[in-house]
Amino acid sequence: MNRTYEVMFIVRPDMAEEDLDKLISTLETAVSGTGGSVKSVEKMGKRRLAYAVGRFHDGVYVLLTVEGGGGLIHELERRLRVTEPVIKFLTVRIDEEQKRLDKIKKIREARKKAAPAPAATPEGGETAAVTV
Amino acid sequence: MAEETKAPSAPAESPSSPAPSESHGHGHRPGPRGPRPGGGPGGGGGREGGRKYFRRKKVCKFCVEKIESINYKDVRLLAQFVAESGKIVPRRLTGVCTPHQRRLSSAIKQARNIALLPFAGRAN
Repeated sequence: MNRTYEVMFIVRPDMAEEDLDKLISTLETAVSGTGGSVKSVEKMGKRRLAYAVGRFHDGVYVLLTVEGGGGLIHELERRLRVTEPVIKFLTVRIDEEQKRLDKIKKIREARKKAAPAPAATPEGGETAAVTV
Repeated sequence: MAEETKAPSAPAESPSSPAPSESHGHGHRPGPRGPRPGGGPGGGGGREGGRKYFRRKKVCKFCVEKIESINYKDVRLLAQFVAESGKIVPRRLTGVCTPHQRRLSSAIKQARNIALLPFAGRAN
């Protein structure tokens, strides 16, 4: 468990705002139904598509970050496939990537903490020499 | 008839005095060739002609700026590495290092799948 996924899907542009919210809440209940949790929902707004997807040239992008097992994504994608307004979706697993990024950040911070300590003393010594 | 080298007299004649028809016919006969199309030293920075030309040291943008995460969502970053036609630019032209090029390539392909980048751009 504890796999983090990022699901981005495109909804047809002529969909009403409330319908979109309804759809998102349906997906959220589906997620919690299969024992996962929704971490964040981000509506990226209407964008021009790089190529026509089934007659549409614009679309409303929605980004959903969820956490859960593999079966969760199976269920989520099944729902997205069936939902008529959703024209495209993409799921990316991001927990490994997050681990890697956190590791790099930790190394960077550790390096920063180690570096200023020895750097401070020579600086102080040098300025004293200059003023004299 | 002068072109026929089977005649015994022709081989003796052709190296010393090229027949007028031959010199006009074959352009690559004369000595010095034209400048090699690879360009002069330092040309372009990407031409692999097997020449040891000085190449403006191309550095990997990601290594220099310490960008760790190459996400399919930041289209502006990805679009810098995509040609006008939508093709992914080879790393010998952009100077990206191999691991970053691999990640960049998968990010571009993901972006293409979600219609953030085109598969094939507008044909000219």
